[in-house]
Order: sequence, then C-alpha cells, then structure tokens
Amino acid sequence: MTEQEQGSKGIFLSIDWMTIMLYVILIVWGWFSVCGACYDFNNPDLFSWETNSGKQIVWGGTSLVLAAVLMLIEKRFYDTAAYVIYGAMMLLLAVTIVIAPDTKGSRSWLPLGSSVKIQPAEFAKFAVALALGKLMDQYGFSIRKTKDIGIAIGMIFLPMLLIIAQKETGSALVYFAFFLMLYREGMTGSLLFTGFACVVYFVVGMKFSEDYIIDMPVSIGEFTVLLLAMIFTIGMVWVYCKNLRAVKLMAYTCFGGTLLAMLFSIYAIPFNVCYVMLGLCILMICYLIVLALYNRLIRYAMITLFAIMSTSFFYITDTLFEHLDDHQRIRIEVLLGMKDDPRGAGYNVNQAKIAIGSGGLFGKGFLNGTQTKLRYVPEQHTDFIFCTVGEEEGFIGSAGVLIVYLLFIWRLIALAERQTDTMGRVYGYCVLCIFLFHLFINVGMVLGLTPVIGIPLPFFSYGGSSLWGFTLLLFIFLRMDAERNLKRQ
Amino acid sequence: MKNHVYENRKYVLAGIALVIVLCYIIRLAFLQLSDEEYKSRANDNAFFNNVIFPARGVIYDRNGELLVFNQPAYDIMVIMREVKNLDTLDFCQTIGITQQQFDERMALIKDRNKNPGYSTYTQQLFMPQISAQEYGVFQEKLFRFHGFYIRERTIRRYATDHCAHILGDVAEVSQTEVERDDYYDPGDYIGKQGVERSYETELRGVKGVQILLRDAHGRIQGHYRNGAQDRKPIPGKNLTLSIDAKLQALGERLMEGKMGAIVAIEPKTGEILCMVSAPSYDPHRMEGKQRSTQMMEMQRDPMKPMLNRAISGTYPPGSTFKTSQGLTFLQEGIITSSTAYPCYRGFVTKGMRVGCHGHGSPLPLIPAIATSCNGYFCWGLYHMLNNRKNYKNIQEAMTTWKDYMVSMGFGYKLGVDLPGEVRGMIPNADYYDRRLGQWNALGVISIAIGQGEVTLTPLQIANLGATIANRGYYITPHIVKRIEGGHIADSLLVKHKTKVEKQYYDMVVEGMRKAVIGGTCRSANTSMYEVCGKTGTAQNRGKDHSAFMGFAPKDNPKIAIAVYVENGGFGATFGVPIGALMMEQFINGKLSPASEARASSFQSRHIDYGTRER
Repeated sequence: MTEQEQGSKGIFLSIDWMTIMLYVILIVWGWFSVCGACYDFNNPDLFSWETNSGKQIVWGGTSLVLAAVLMLIEKRFYDTAAYVIYGAMMLLLAVTIVIAPDTKGSRSWLPLGSSVKIQPAEFAKFAVALALGKLMDQYGFSIRKTKDIGIAIGMIFLPMLLIIAQKETGSALVYFAFFLMLYREGMTGSLLFTGFACVVYFVVGMKFSEDYIIDMPVSIGEFTVLLLAMIFTIGMVWVYCKNLRAVKLMAYTCFGGTLLAMLFSIYAIPFNVCYVMLGLCILMICYLIVLALYNRLIRYAMITLFAIMSTSFFYITDTLFEHLDDHQRIRIEVLLGMKDDPRGAGYNVNQAKIAIGSGGLFGKGFLNGTQTKLRYVPEQHTDFIFCTVGEEEGFIGSAGVLIVYLLFIWRLIALAERQTDTMGRVYGYCVLCIFLFHLFINVGMVLGLTPVIGIPLPFFSYGGSSLWGFTLLLFIFLRMDAERNLKRQ
Repeated sequence: MKNHVYENRKYVLAGIALVIVLCYIIRLAFLQLSDEEYKSRANDNAFFNNVIFPARGVIYDRNGELLVFNQPAYDIMVIMREVKNLDTLDFCQTIGITQQQFDERMALIKDRNKNPGYSTYTQQLFMPQISAQEYGVFQEKLFRFHGFYIRERTIRRYATDHCAHILGDVAEVSQTEVERDDYYDPGDYIGKQGVERSYETELRGVKGVQILLRDAHGRIQGHYRNGAQDRKPIPGKNLTLSIDAKLQALGERLMEGKMGAIVAIEPKTGEILCMVSAPSYDPHRMEGKQRSTQMMEMQRDPMKPMLNRAISGTYPPGSTFKTSQGLTFLQEGIITSSTAYPCYRGFVTKGMRVGCHGHGSPLPLIPAIATSCNGYFCWGLYHMLNNRKNYKNIQEAMTTWKDYMVSMGFGYKLGVDLPGEVRGMIPNADYYDRRLGQWNALGVISIAIGQGEVTLTPLQIANLGATIANRGYYITPHIVKRIEGGHIADSLLVKHKTKVEKQYYDMVVEGMRKAVIGGTCRSANTSMYEVCGKTGTAQNRGKDHSAFMGFAPKDNPKIAIAVYVENGGFGATFGVPIGALMMEQFINGKLSPASEARASSFQSRHIDYGTRER
C-alpha cells in the first residue's frame, strides 16, 4: 500500500513535463491552424460542433483525457500484453480490409456510429512499437543474428502489407521509420546508406536524364549517377575495409580515367563519356571481386554487390520508368520538376506553394489567409495543414513550428537514451522515428520536396484518429519514462 | 541495460532531424521571402473584384426638361451546374426563343474557346437585356428554372424624340478604347457620339468595387476584410444643355423632308440654343440591344442621317458671307460708309462677269447688304487685293483678308464641345500660289460673295450672326450650359474679339436691318421685335442652296441663327421663313396661330433629292 503510494508520487515527479509542454504547444498551435483552414464564411463560429475547428477541440480534449488515463497504466501491463496487443491489432487491420466501406478508393476507415470514423492504421503503430520493444528486450536477442533481425523486420512488414491491402500506401510507408530505430539498435549503417543512395540515384538520374552537358553528348543524369556510384563505392571500401592502398588505386583509376575521357571529349572528338565511366565501373567491380576472393571477407562481397547495384541502377530504373502507368509516371515527373502541369497532377503542390509563398515574413494573420480558406489547396485541413501555417503565420510561424518539432524530437531522443531497459529505449525510438518520418514527408510534400504521400502532420492535421493515435504513441512512452527510476528500488 | 556500443548513433539521428528541419527552413525562406510571384498569384486566385457601375449622369435641356435617363434592364444568367429538370419548352416560350436557339446558346456558353472564363459554378450570360415586360413574366416562373438568375443593369433611355445628333449614344467600348484608357474593361459602356462622347468623363462617374473572395471553383465566399477596402461608386454628373428642347423640336419639324441644318446661338453667352441636322433620326433607335442593327441600317442610308451637318457639313455660305466682307473692307479703309460701287446687273470688268439681280446703282454699303448686291462686294475685294498702298503684293493683301476671316471664327474649328466638328475652308495666299501659280484678284473674286473655295459649317454661319449681334466678338459656341457638381471648360467661355471695330459692325447691322425691312429678308419682318438678317443663295452643282443668317432683336439680341437648306433655292424661299419662325418661337416662347399654320406648311414642303449618292 505504502509502496504503491510512494510509487505513484514518484511517478508524478518523474513525468517529463517538458515533453508534455511541447505536446500541448503543438496541439494548441495545431488547433489555430485548423481554425484557419476550416473557417467558413457562412458559419464563422469557431467553436460550433458543425465546424471542423469545433470538432477538433473535442478531439483535443478527449486526447488529454486519453493521455491522463495512459499515465495510469503501468509499464508492466505493456510488457505482458505487447504480443497480444500486436496480434489483436493485426487482426483488426485484416478485418478492416473486408468490412470497411470504400472511401475514395481506400478501405481503411471503420465507421463507429453515424458521424465518427476511425482508422485502425493510425493505432497499429504503437502495437508494432510495443511488440518490437518486447522482442528486442528478450534475453539473447541480437540484431546481428539473421534470425532475430528477420523476425523484427517481419513484424514491421506484416502491418505494412495489411495497410497496403487497404489501399493506404502512404500510411504503410510510415513503417519504414522503424528502420531508423533498428539502425540505432545496431543494424549495420550500410543498409541505411544503401537506401539513401538508391533515393539519390533515382532522383538525380530521372530528373536530369534528358539534360545534356554543354557541347557534349552526355546525359547529366547518367554521368552523375555513375560518378556517385564510384564515389560511394570507394567511400565504402575506405570506411568499412580501411584498405587505403585499394582506395588510392581505385580512386586514381576511376577519377583519372573519367577526367581524361572528358578532356578528350572536349578538345578532340566529342563522344559519350559515360561509356568510359561504365567501363571503369565494371573494372572496379572486377577488382572488388578479386579483393573479396583474396581477402575472404564478406564486406568486400557486400560492397561488390552495392557497386553492381549502383552501376546498373540508372539503366534499370530508366527501363522500369518507361513501363510505368501514365499517371504514376506523371506524378513522379511533376515531383521532380520535369513537367509543369499546374492544373493536373501538380495542382496540389502548386497551390500549396502559392499559399505558403504568399505568406511572406509575418503571414497574413489569423483567419486572414485566402488560399487555404477558399479551398484552393485540397486537403488543406488534413494533409496540407502546413499551408495554413505558412500563409497565415508566414515564415516566422512556419519556421517556428519546425523548430518546436525539432526540440520535441531531440527531447524524445534524450528521453529514449535515459531508459534503463531495452524495451523503453526501443519503444521511445520507435515513437520519435515515426514523428520524424511524418514531419519529413508531410512538410516536404507541402513544400514540393518529397512525393505527395497522404500522411498527416502530427498534432496539426485535423482528425480524431490521428490525434488519438499520436497521443497514444507518445503517452505510453511518457509513462514508461516516468517509471524508469522505479525498478531500481 | 544500456546499449553503450551504439549510443553515439543518437547523434546521427538527432543530426538527421536537424538537417531535415534546416533544409525545410531554407526552402521556406526561398518560397516566402525571396519570391513575390506567389503573392500576386495568390491574389489573382482569391480576389474577385466585383465592379459596381455608377449611374450615368442624366441630361436636361436649358429649361430643366429631362432628355436622357437610365432604365434598369435585365440580363438572364445561368449557372450550368445548377440547371436541373429544366422544362425547356416552357423556358423557351417564356423568353420567346426557339428550342434550337436555346441549344445553340447553351453550346456557345460551354465552348471554352469562345467563352474563356467559363466555369460551371459561376453565372454565365445567357441572354442580355430583356425588356421589363419579359422580365415580369420570366420572374414569375423563375422558381421553376433552377440555375437561372436575373442580373440587373441599366440602359440609356431617351425622354425625347429629338436631339439625336446632340445627345449621341452609348455602346460597349471597343478594343482600342480599352487599350487607350485604363478606366475601361471589355463590356463597359462608353459614349460613342454627341454629348455622351464629349462629356464621357463627367457622365460616367467613377466605378466602385467590392473585393470579394472566390474559392477554387469561382464561387463567392464573402467580403475581403468585411468590405474595408471596398469603394463605393461615384455617380456621374448630370448635364444641363443649353439647348431649348421646344426650339429644337420646331427646328426638326421645319426641316422634315429637307437636308441641311439650323443652328441658333445666344450671342451674349455663346450657348447653342438649337442644333438641327436634317435628316435626323429618332434617338430611341439607339436604345439597348437593337443599336447595332439600327446603326448599320442608317449608315447604309444615302441621305446619311447619322451625319451632324451642323458641325460636320461644309457649305458655301453664299451671300451671308457678304457681311464679313463689308466689315473687313471698312476696317481696312478700302471703303467708307459712303463709298458706292456700280452694279449693272452684276460685276463686270475685263471680260469678267459676276451676275446680280436688278436694283439701283451705284449704291453704298448699307443698301448693298440690304439688296445683297454681288457687284458691290466683288468691287470691294477687287480694290482690296489690288491696293498696293496698304499691301506690298497680292499675297500680303490676301493674308490680311484671311486673318480677318479667321478672327471671325472661319477656317478653323470653333472648338464646340461636340465630337466631329470640321474646320471648313478659307483659302490663303499660299493656297492660291500652289493651286493657280500666277493669280490675280479677278481669278478669286467669287470668294467675296461666299462662293468659290470658301466653305463654312452652319455653326460658323450662326456664329457669324452672333458676332454681328455682339458687334465684334463671340464666345466659343457650346452646348453644355451646366455640369452638376462641376464647371464647364474655361476654353468654352473665352471671348474672341474680331479684328473689326464696333462702329463698323453698327453699319453692317443697319444693312441687315434694312434687308428685313425692305430688302431680301422681308418675310422675316415682324412688329414684335426688330429682326436683322441676311439671305444666302449659294450656287452649287445642283439647285441653289437656301441660306439665312440673322439675329433678333436688333438691340440686346437674344438669338442669332443660321438656316441652311440644301437645294432649297433662293434664301428667301426656305431660309428666311424658317429662320423667322425659329426666332419667334424662341423670343415669344410659342408661335402665333398664323405662324403655326405657316410652320405646318413648311413642315410638309419636302424637297426631292432623288436617290443619288452624296
């Protein structure tokens, strides 16, 4: 009895109020943005249940109640029930595919009563995070063991597949955020780097494939991708194998050869330098194979694979791109700025840019935005909510939101690092990586930097499901954090 | 259990977050701080400037009689998206069109090539300017025609059947007018002719604007800043013309079936009391949507009813011009009041002959004016041009003569406040040097009697009357007496003095008085007031033109007038009696029963002009 009282008192003192403060700032700020985005000229009452701003107050209020309730649930419960929750959630996701009505082509919304709908995908994240925490906290789990990492990745891919089956590809992509957590837990960084390299190859290669270097029959895209393939491969040999002799040899051959070819092309006969670069890459791959066989090191083999992938990437994607559906290809082309299509596929992003750009330094003021209020920006109160911030609060406001987010994420990193057990840390990293991923994709797409993937901006976008989902995610972790000192007693 | 091995990777993750946020802040700065383009595109998107048209100023005559006013008209508008379950048959019958016309019109609205601003959410013009009666019927059934609306506009209406040339008309602006003046947008109305055109800036007022917010579909969502930046329209200024509507009506009546012009001026003020151009047309023809067809029809008419002959037609002034010659010769000392020239049925010298009618000879200036002696004025000009004491050569003499004419308002535009004035023709030395090379007084002598190269507009002839009535000056003739809340241009109030002194004018006045008492203008004589006048019978290719120039009363003249009837024969045939009736109407305010009878007979005396192009 006394122990329990002490415990709950201790918990209250150990709650991280700073995070809660940032959370409240974001929710209130978000509510003002929803007001701006949903302001209806015929119904100017911001608190009416008829308006989205009025509803958002209810969602915010219930979130606080939810947060309070979550603070009462002990960590022991999650420790025990993690797999059960995970299993139940997967079942719910699967059931949703079957019973959810078709809304705009996706089957992800479950109607509760007449006016409220929930999206199970928003709630599945915490279940996956808990299950991953539990899994990795098990004695003997090692991320370097193929079996263990296989189970972890399987746990991530299962909900992804279910959500993709609901036709909510955007929400499914969020689960890639867990790989950041795996990286922190010791997964080799080369995997992360390979993913990054793929994105860079794709963007640069596609965007500049039709542009040519002045006076030379050389595609900038192809040239750059091949050059990057050389730099990345040589860099990996340097970082992972510390074989300086090989690095020097490869660097001199590749860059020297490329430079000579370019000079020849400029001053003698113009020709496609890429052929020479392709040859140099193949030479490099052969050398790596020799190194791998000679040294008997798996690292060389992996780097060789990377080099082969890098070299062939441009040619493979180019071919694939040709075979894409028209609307998908146009979407990619618009995103990369290769096509200007302000009325069609680029409409959303273009209008979003106009809305944000018209905000200027200080913005137009609360409820004075015109673009978002007049519905030039589609999905302005959900996925494109950041437009309202940009238009009404200007550069000051939107940069402010980003900085608060940065502080929030940094704070969560600090909290995750101070956890005394693996489960707390893993769960904490899952939470912050999800927030980071949402921020990256959502704000990026509004600014025209990332693809238009329909995922909400946490705490800002209108909607009960997402707000509850993020609150759930966050406050389970805050409770875990509050308990961090108890175990020692 | 802390995982110390990989703890440093937290910095990688924190760094990734930092890099993302920094990239986005840089991008925001680029979008929001460096580029003004987005701002203007946002405004184009969202602001809809709803123009509120001011009421155009109305126009009154000098006695406050309403001439031109505005009347509401109704456009039928349609919002395509809202058109549902339309009973097309009923609809077409209500507004009096056929099913086929309906289909064509709808297709035209939907054609984005011809209607670039088309949106299914906004009002599109279905049919312009339906009448009040049609509107009444349509309004009753409107509730059944979903998606159709009524938009009110005003159209220009005329309260008079007269004054068509003076009042002019309004119509949609042309592309060039839009480009020339920022005020106009396509579809606006602008004065095209007459006072509507010359006083366009006063009449039109200032457009107001409501700044409305428009959503992505073009639907109006509300007022920007609750209308704080809206501007109210400023109504146009009302005009009071110097025209006397009754006098104008009489003039148009008397000129029925004839071609020509009557211009009357109040000498003291330069105000134009009437300006009749015949043939004329009913100003109602220019109302509303029928304007373009009516206009086309009139432009094809060989009688050219659209031409304002009073200011755009030039005619030989004939004998009315002799008064100006007498004044010039007196001032230049060529003649005195007692100088007499012989005239034996004309001016005859060195094989040259200008015919004249029978009268006593030789005779001095006053009877020469009264009897309209050709010989006298030919001799006068002959002596002037050949006077080598005053002028070095004939060129100098001619230039002096021209200067006198110009000082009397000839040869250049008078500057009346109506569009389309022409300058007429006063030849000068240069002109003859070029035309004739070597020339002498005899070769140009016919200008002394208002023939030959000399042409004047009826307005200039009337202005000559006003100058004589004023004994030596005129005020620029103008047609607008008052602008409500404004003032008329100073240039219209300038007093122009001629080069001739008042004492010589008194002699000419005496001659014109004699012409009425016992000369060519006898039929204008009346016991009610002293009329002064001068006939004109101008030769031309066809039958002579009949002209009259005069004023009354002799002292403190109230009206100066010019009457010009094309191919009317002697001045006394049409010119004098019409002039007399006009003066009576203006001075007495009405016609006596006897005059009324005469007016009716002149109204029905038509001149046959044939159908040839002129």
